[in-house]
Amino acid sequence: MIYLKLFLSFLQIGLFSIGGGYAAMPLIKEQVVDINPWLTSMQFADIMAIAEMTPGPIAINCATFVGIRVGGILGAIVATFGCILPSCFIVITLAHFYYKYRDLKSVKGVLSGLRPAVIAMIASAGLGIFLLAVFGEKTVSAGSLHVDIRALLIFASGLFVLRKFKINPIYVMLSAGVCGMILYSVF
Amino acid sequence: MTEKKDKYLKLFFTTFRVSAFTFGGGFVIIPLLKRKFVDELHWINEEEMLDLTAIAQSSPGAVAVNASVIIGYHVAGLLGALISAIATVLPPLVIISVISVFYKAFRDNVIVSMAMKGMLAGVAAVIFDVVINMASALIKQKRILPLLVMAAAFTASYFFKVNVIVIILVCALIGVMDSVIRERKMKGEER
Repeated sequence: MIYLKLFLSFLQIGLFSIGGGYAAMPLIKEQVVDINPWLTSMQFADIMAIAEMTPGPIAINCATFVGIRVGGILGAIVATFGCILPSCFIVITLAHFYYKYRDLKSVKGVLSGLRPAVIAMIASAGLGIFLLAVFGEKTVSAGSLHVDIRALLIFASGLFVLRKFKINPIYVMLSAGVCGMILYSVF
Repeated sequence: MTEKKDKYLKLFFTTFRVSAFTFGGGFVIIPLLKRKFVDELHWINEEEMLDLTAIAQSSPGAVAVNASVIIGYHVAGLLGALISAIATVLPPLVIISVISVFYKAFRDNVIVSMAMKGMLAGVAAVIFDVVINMASALIKQKRILPLLVMAAAFTASYFFKVNVIVIILVCALIGVMDSVIRERKMKGEER
């Protein structure tokens, strides 16, 4: 029963991948390459590259890709469903308790410690993406300073219009994509 | 009834649109969700958004799905959570299904990779914008400890690649100790 197998495999991926995207990669590889003969290592590398180029969480992208190869559209749906089921259940439970107990003093204390940490982690992810866009690497060493002026230009003008005119970020990303096509093909 | 239906529809299409633009990993969805649900629709406030992000981040699974599900649950209960979950997975499900047919051509396409490079820079700008907003709200509180926690968490996360769960646990502990100490101080002053 291939659908059940898909479902259970991605259920495990969804349940045990804590910490988002890249933390899930080895877990996904184990399930779809090593344990089950669904993808070759090369195909797995391909889907990782595609997952980075397309929107959506890596685990979901992978579930769809594997599901469709193994069991068509229904396979993709089953795998995706398995992937999100555990976390949906867990976050709804946590959210329920959050709204019930957030006015308790101890919970307030916990939350007041978490808020700055969340901002810091978003900033850290943002800096990683910025460096990847401008220098081509997530961590920059002094020896490999190759600045991508075009990306820097897109970043700076994007940030400027966001700060100045408060426009919808989705439009900023769309125009950044169009600018990318123009700038990288002209220069 | 129509008002409720309107809310469900709005929840679905807002989440769907945001999910369709979540390039580059889980955290990218947070600024986009914040812009929509906090700044535009006013369905949740800024503090709640940070708290929900912490829950989404410390639970297993994709951060993007977790965050939307919690927002959906808050806005419209279990049905809202279901609507958000479907709206979040639908864009990648459809896009990858289509691409899987000709994925080699897509992967090697020059135009696509140019657009993606541009979008990556755009994503960075969007995240910076939201971080500036959030951090300046924190600075306005005029308390030193949250700023120290923010700086330390950033250093731990970016430079030392400390696991997010560890960061979250340590910061939660600092938050509890801080509130206990402040309470003792207040009681001491009363005497």
